[in-house]
Amino acid sequence: MLTGNAAAAWGVRLAEVDYIPVYPVTPQTEIIETLAKWISDGDMDSKLVTMDSEHSMITAAGAASATGVRAFTATSSQGLMYGFEMLYTVAGWRVPLVMVNVSRGLSSPITLEPDHNDVLAARDSGFLQIHCETCQEVLDSLLMAYRLVEDEQVLLPVIVNMDGFYLSFTREPVEVPELETVRKFLPPYQPRHAFFKASQPMAQGVAVLGGSMYSYFKYQMHLASQNALNVYKEVCGKFEKEFGRNYDTIEGYMLEDAKYVLVMTNSFSTLGKAAVNKARERGIKAGLLRLRLIRPFPVEDITGALKGRRAVAVIDQNISIGKGGILHSEIASCLYNEKQRPHLLSFIGGLGGKNISPGEFEFIFDNMIKVRGVEGEGEKTSQLLYTETEWKEMARLKGIAGKG
Amino acid sequence: MEGNGEIEGDSRKGVKEMEIERIKSIKDLPPEENVLPGTPTCAGCGGLLALRHCMKALGKRVVIVNAAGCFTLLSIYPFTPFKNSWLYTAMACAPAGAQGIRDALDILVKKSRLDPEEDLKVVVLTGDGAAYDMGLSSTSGAIYRNLDFYYICYDNEAYGNTGFQRSGATPFASKTGTTPPGRISPIGSELPKKDLFEIWNSHKPPYLATISPAHPVDLINKFKKAEQYKGPKLFIALSPCPPGWGIDSSYSVKLAKLAVDTGIWALKEAVFGEVKHTVVPKRFKPVEDYLKEQGRFAHLFKPVRREEALNKIQEMVNEYWNRHKLLL
Repeated sequence: MLTGNAAAAWGVRLAEVDYIPVYPVTPQTEIIETLAKWISDGDMDSKLVTMDSEHSMITAAGAASATGVRAFTATSSQGLMYGFEMLYTVAGWRVPLVMVNVSRGLSSPITLEPDHNDVLAARDSGFLQIHCETCQEVLDSLLMAYRLVEDEQVLLPVIVNMDGFYLSFTREPVEVPELETVRKFLPPYQPRHAFFKASQPMAQGVAVLGGSMYSYFKYQMHLASQNALNVYKEVCGKFEKEFGRNYDTIEGYMLEDAKYVLVMTNSFSTLGKAAVNKARERGIKAGLLRLRLIRPFPVEDITGALKGRRAVAVIDQNISIGKGGILHSEIASCLYNEKQRPHLLSFIGGLGGKNISPGEFEFIFDNMIKVRGVEGEGEKTSQLLYTETEWKEMARLKGIAGKG
Repeated sequence: MEGNGEIEGDSRKGVKEMEIERIKSIKDLPPEENVLPGTPTCAGCGGLLALRHCMKALGKRVVIVNAAGCFTLLSIYPFTPFKNSWLYTAMACAPAGAQGIRDALDILVKKSRLDPEEDLKVVVLTGDGAAYDMGLSSTSGAIYRNLDFYYICYDNEAYGNTGFQRSGATPFASKTGTTPPGRISPIGSELPKKDLFEIWNSHKPPYLATISPAHPVDLINKFKKAEQYKGPKLFIALSPCPPGWGIDSSYSVKLAKLAVDTGIWALKEAVFGEVKHTVVPKRFKPVEDYLKEQGRFAHLFKPVRREEALNKIQEMVNEYWNRHKLLL
């Protein structure tokens, strides 16, 4: 039994990572403490350095990667924000850095429990993103991540995401693979693109002047990210061959004959799957699509999975203030040109770790069943999930705060 | 693990200084040029001259880790004036970039994936904006971790690359884009220059020095001395900036020299915290000789003489040298 954080640490250990610059932040800290202990005990031949901030940490990790070692780092939430400038910078260096983000709602108000505004803020940076539902998936995704981004057709950094608390501190059965098997799947990193050595001076991260040069390099990053879609499929196949577990870009749950489909990500998908089971008991042809690879966005896979359904409800565990659900917009862009496009509804739930109750799922399925025509309720704006109990409790707290 | 267990605290002071072979005149400067001409810096850039001397001392087996500033424009795709490697990071974090590269090179050598002959010196290169302000935390972190690196700060006493705005390095009474002398604030910058040397020195790094492009012999000897130490080796170069300082581009070296001769820029070094001055003028020139040459201080002389401000600057300089018992 391993927590999500321990599973991440095992992924790093099995990937035989050389270098780990760190900075503590809840709920990620257990990962770096676990690695520090292993290194101190001689179980892992890596160097771990506690930096002065996440900004410095991501810089050091990226620079080490640009020098030619296999590097890892991890952060959460405010830490990701503090290092944000360096996400774009390191992605532009075209280095295969792997970083774990343990999702946590963003300040303010400052909080501890998860939502995905932190990781989705990084969606345009050039980092690839793999979002995990289970602890096993965290470990496996780390191994897949190195193989994916060290491929010469990709050479972009990647974030492996898990939810704080709900996954980071939840113990689940995890199969820890043998190092020898991992070595067969993940060969040592041989830098042919970015490195520093005396006999071959190289200027990296240099300035450009003018839009045509700038565009050229940005387009290259985009095309490399698109390449990652095909490379991902190969990596996926090889991973399954070696370890017997399959992780496609998306995961369908009871999708085959589903008319009403929930779209979710990360650990709350487990709640969604339970809600699908319940809806099926009520005779509703329900299903769930879990997005796993968020960058690059697997447009064709998503379109293939959703077209022809009667209604789709995207449950965004994030909120783009003034717009609504971030992934709803992205799913809408996949479906707009489809002839058989489903009704598309948007819900916001699970912010700051707020539960999504069975009643709220029922409400969502009822909305999907009710929806008629393009002017259907919930199709133009995101609906904000909140239960009556929660509302009453908030009213009580406001009373205590003197704002009743 | 962190720190490598190599930091021995104050016992490092016990390390005896090795005898180094000092050069005596500019005729002895290393002839090799590692910064080639044709850069887009402004004519008369004092910082570039200082860097040219530094790179003569450091040689070719170097990777420069740069922070946002004037010198970021030295390497513009697809050109570089350097014979060595380069990584541009961002404004606040060049020392963190140096940490990643140094650690990675050490790991590669240790794991026999890199020939030790291929190893590099890691050199941070930043302006004063990054060094005095935004990058102070990452610099403090790198010194604290006893990172084996060089740090060259070209200090032109303002945010030069954005057109000369006040930084923590801007001296009292300087005109800058954000401290324009006016009816309400006739003096310009009312804050004195931050003492970065003392801030850095409070970490007791193995080697720390101020340098000047007008004193290349002193500069080269300081690099020679620094070379014997493993750990942070830090240099602050006062760097006349013709457009910002309001001087003719042919006056850079003259101004750099006047800064030393008036006692405004003290040439010194510190070994594990112990400070020693390396160039002490026999007779200090009045600070006015330095100030009156520069457009950034012109408001102290015209339309009216700002006696109080001028006295204050002279007093600050006198106080410094008195404190160090070097004012004769």
